[in-house]
Amino acid sequence: MTLKLSKNIDDQDAAYAALIDAHQGLSEAHSIALNARLVLILCNQIGDLDIIKQAIQLACKEN
Amino acid sequence: MAFDYKPFEYVSPPGLYSAEPRHPVVIVGAGPIGLAAALELANYGVSSIVLDDNNVVSVGSRAICWSKRSLEILDRIGIGEACVAKGVTWKVGRTHHRAQEIFSFDLLPEAGHKMPAFINLQQYHVEQMLVEKCFKSPFVELRFKNKVIAIEQCGTEAIITIETPEGTYSLSAEYLLACDGARSPLRAMMALDFEGELFEERFLIADIEMEGEFPSERWFWFEPDFHNGQSALLHKQPDNIYRIDLQLGWDADPEKESDPKRIIPRIEKVIGHSDFKLDWTSIYTFQCRRLSRFVHDRVIFVGDSAHIVSPFGARGGNGGLQDVDALGWRLAAVVQGRASPPLLEQYNAERTFGADENLLNSSRATRFMSPSAGAERWFRDETLALAAHADFARPMVNSGRLSVPCIYPLTAPDVSIMPTQTRPGATAIDAPIEDGWLLNRLGGQMLVLVIGCKAPEGITLPVLTLEPTTEISARYLGDAAHGIYLVRPDQVIAARWQDIEVQAIQEQANAIWEGRL
Repeated sequence: MTLKLSKNIDDQDAAYAALIDAHQGLSEAHSIALNARLVLILCNQIGDLDIIKQAIQLACKEN
Repeated sequence: MAFDYKPFEYVSPPGLYSAEPRHPVVIVGAGPIGLAAALELANYGVSSIVLDDNNVVSVGSRAICWSKRSLEILDRIGIGEACVAKGVTWKVGRTHHRAQEIFSFDLLPEAGHKMPAFINLQQYHVEQMLVEKCFKSPFVELRFKNKVIAIEQCGTEAIITIETPEGTYSLSAEYLLACDGARSPLRAMMALDFEGELFEERFLIADIEMEGEFPSERWFWFEPDFHNGQSALLHKQPDNIYRIDLQLGWDADPEKESDPKRIIPRIEKVIGHSDFKLDWTSIYTFQCRRLSRFVHDRVIFVGDSAHIVSPFGARGGNGGLQDVDALGWRLAAVVQGRASPPLLEQYNAERTFGADENLLNSSRATRFMSPSAGAERWFRDETLALAAHADFARPMVNSGRLSVPCIYPLTAPDVSIMPTQTRPGATAIDAPIEDGWLLNRLGGQMLVLVIGCKAPEGITLPVLTLEPTTEISARYLGDAAHGIYLVRPDQVIAARWQDIEVQAIQEQANAIWEGRL
């Protein structure tokens, strides 16, 4: 399997808004913690270590 | 009750008065690994001299968790049953976060194995049993208060200089086993360095003696209320001794923390009362490092001298005994002229592989237990937070992944419909057989295991024919109707077939002896 790079969510704007809303009013520390939990939950949902590693690699490129 | 240390007698070594003939094997270090190596070699009829700079068994309990595989190896050298009888058998571990249990594991949920998943037994008890066994063996000579102070190698021998209370002498050995522990003086004398990670976290280890009924389980806490947000471990040993490990933080002052006046109140908080005696304490930091090679011409590193890990997976002592398992049959064959030195290169290849697996597991556990500030800490804390209400996060909580033998990456004939747990490279799994236990019957020889069919005609190797009982079928046949296994002397599965010509089995066995596999 390869990491999807094309659009995969019907309503991307709503998904993006849900992410932003979740962080509304949180301190930076709470935001960081929320993101960490979210990453862990989504990794488990993906389930495929190879895909997870490809996603990490893509994310690392932005640094 | 605290252990009664009885010093072993120093005996004048003959080498002080006249040169000794070259010995086939000299072992440096009478710890569990050196002693087990001597007894393993004795099983093959190989004599060895064991040197130790001290004259008592381990001071402090040190290695306490002995794995199923270690017990099987110790059984082969005659003390496995005594260890189980004396030890505290356990298989359940419980991990807590603050006051809540978040995860538990059962290391051996099925029956039909001679040895339990784990026992806890103080290193001094294991060493005492090994020493007594060595005293009885005609193949082992123990020399206490014999300290190696110099080594040189030339071609086919290693020559060492030894200091005794009466002066120095020298010994020559065809092979020298460095079983001299984590701070290995031999390693230093040979100017060899470890490679790998150091961890700065400090831990307090304490053995306490107390009466009480605590379950035979491993209890681990992350951020318990009783220990100010750090981690803690409680483990039961024989003789009413309990092991407590407390994380102190990287900036703890070892000198100050070794003071019983500081230790006792810490322990009172863990167990909730002060009705105990301190038996032994130690402050330590972790290292996860190894030598890049374990075989250096005629000097072979075994156990902690070759690799050191953090203690939370019980992979130090157990990893060392697996080294002994991998080395004994090969070294015996080489010194007896049944095989040539390249066979020892396979020890190097397999045990550096095994050490890497232990190092990987140990460093991952260490990083989970003492995460560095920043992202490592955020992910660790949020894994613990999620574990309270999401099943998937519980097994991610890492308080140590306990020692199991690695599966060597062998390229060998295999049958895909047979169980993966007994694939080539794996250690044979025990099972009850007609007159006892499979692993006892396998012993320490290259053997053909024939299950549910007739042995091919004309095999010159020893053959063990088994009925496909429920356990044997589940562990060795899977979906196959019958099977033939080639098992190495260290009980590692070398190859397996459904139908096979005698010649192919023999060729496989020859390739192993020649060090080609």
